[in-house]
Amino acid sequence: MKNKTYKYVTVFLFLLPALILFIGVLIAPIVMSLVYSLFDLRSVSTEGMEFIGLGNYKELFTSGSISFWKALGNSMLLAVLSVFIQLPLALGLALMLGKGIKGERAFLSIYFLPVLISTVVIGQLWRKIYNPDYGILNAVVGSGLMPQGGWLGNESSALWCVFIPTLWQYVGYHMLLMYAGVRSVSPELREAAKLDGATDGQVDWYIVIPSIKPILRVSVIFAITGSLKSFDLIYVLTNGGPYHATEVPSTLMISMLFERNRYGMGSTIAVLMIALCFAFAIIINAVFKERDIYGKK
Amino acid sequence: MARNNDGRLLDQYQVRKTNKFLRGMIYVGLVIWALIDLFPIYWMFTFSLKSNEEVYGLNVMGLPKEWLWSNYSTAMTTGNMPQYFVNSLIVTVATIVISLIAALMATYAITRIVWKGSSLMNSFFMLGITIPIHASIVPIFITLSKLHMTNSYWSLIIPYSAFSLAMAILICTGFMNEIPRDLDEAAYIDGCGLWQTFGMIIVPLMKPALATISIYTFLQCWNELMFANVFISKDALKTLPVGIQALSGRHTTDWGPIGAALVIATFPVLIAYVFMSKSIQESFIAGAVKG
Repeated sequence: MKNKTYKYVTVFLFLLPALILFIGVLIAPIVMSLVYSLFDLRSVSTEGMEFIGLGNYKELFTSGSISFWKALGNSMLLAVLSVFIQLPLALGLALMLGKGIKGERAFLSIYFLPVLISTVVIGQLWRKIYNPDYGILNAVVGSGLMPQGGWLGNESSALWCVFIPTLWQYVGYHMLLMYAGVRSVSPELREAAKLDGATDGQVDWYIVIPSIKPILRVSVIFAITGSLKSFDLIYVLTNGGPYHATEVPSTLMISMLFERNRYGMGSTIAVLMIALCFAFAIIINAVFKERDIYGKK
Repeated sequence: MARNNDGRLLDQYQVRKTNKFLRGMIYVGLVIWALIDLFPIYWMFTFSLKSNEEVYGLNVMGLPKEWLWSNYSTAMTTGNMPQYFVNSLIVTVATIVISLIAALMATYAITRIVWKGSSLMNSFFMLGITIPIHASIVPIFITLSKLHMTNSYWSLIIPYSAFSLAMAILICTGFMNEIPRDLDEAAYIDGCGLWQTFGMIIVPLMKPALATISIYTFLQCWNELMFANVFISKDALKTLPVGIQALSGRHTTDWGPIGAALVIATFPVLIAYVFMSKSIQESFIAGAVKG
């Protein structure tokens, strides 16, 4: 290198496009969101907006009509369902495929297929599946089982009906990640365990699962932050209804912005969502690290 | 444990075979899930070719009795699908190009040039993996409205590029670290500056990374709904996800044309998947596992 200044100028120039995009579109807007969340902002014109301190946060947490707690609870419930139903299902499929079964690649490709389809398409498709008059679900299980108001129109069934397409779409994604992990477990290790008389189940439980822990961690993070961020499918299927039964923070945020023109409140929800995503990522990483003390790593 | 020991004495070098019954059950399980995955997609294809009479009860699940290709022409003409398709393509391709260039340059500065703060810079960009796209929608919307820039391709291309960047840098870093550093040194001895080394040595060797990143970015942008829905209201600029939403709103009772629109939106991705399923799957694995 000719000299230090030259080097730093070059480094800066190399970083420039990425920095402009990153700071301009991610960092600056987040700072602005933080600022807006402290104001009563009710139009895109920011002149004359009124500073109300933590007023938005207070209203969000206490107002019954905004139903933020309901939205948060729903996304937590979706997160719990994802971790305890979706991930075990994905793990089961990955372990079964990992045994070197005939048609492995075909199964893998089929399972991953729904991940590639646009969520809007999947949402519209499932709206047809749930359709109270002509949907395929009624044709399969019989319309007698349909709850009052229709599958998506009933307050107690709607959240489940939103979860099922999510499960259907993303099982393949988690399966693929886990399968990649299962395949990377050395065959010698499996053979050795089997020589020692381990059954398939024991090999999976004592050898495969512990060695794919890093991938399980990624899957858990994706499943939980994905539930916190979920928007597309719910927006298409129910838009948070009926009566907030499927409301999640992101649908609430969008309705604050574009139905009620409450930009300050929308920013407040955005800020809380970022905080929650980071908090969960940190907690999950800590939980998996804690476990590793007892594991082999 | 004692039984195990006995067993080992008897057939010490025999690997336990998977039990046949278990193997059968595994197959049954795998096939059932495959059917669950495929059935809704099959059903979408069939109702896209049916008349309402068939959908409404004459023939709910079977193949169409009469193949109504006219549903497709309805979707193409009244639904403006070709326009939405082109819009999605423009936005997606521009996003891929911009985020690739920015990511390659930034990754080069972070991984190949030695300077204080490079790892800090890397962590800074990695924040983007956790930040949800929703987080910035209000300020971006307000800024775009003030600049009268909503209803333009750029209003989507710029945010998409920024949000694709973190993952692109992450994947790039993985690939770039595998290129031997001797190459940089040899280039330096031969008189290449940093820019020449970047352009003539590193970029050409990054082709596999480019494919992986392009695939990942493509799917993110092709399917994005929230920004596209908020920033674009002109029909002529709508992307496929927004267009389909609009179309379904207009034809709530005509199942055929909606089905056709859904198939049209899905088909190119499916075709691509048939030809490159392996590299598509690998790009998703790279995106998650290298993180």
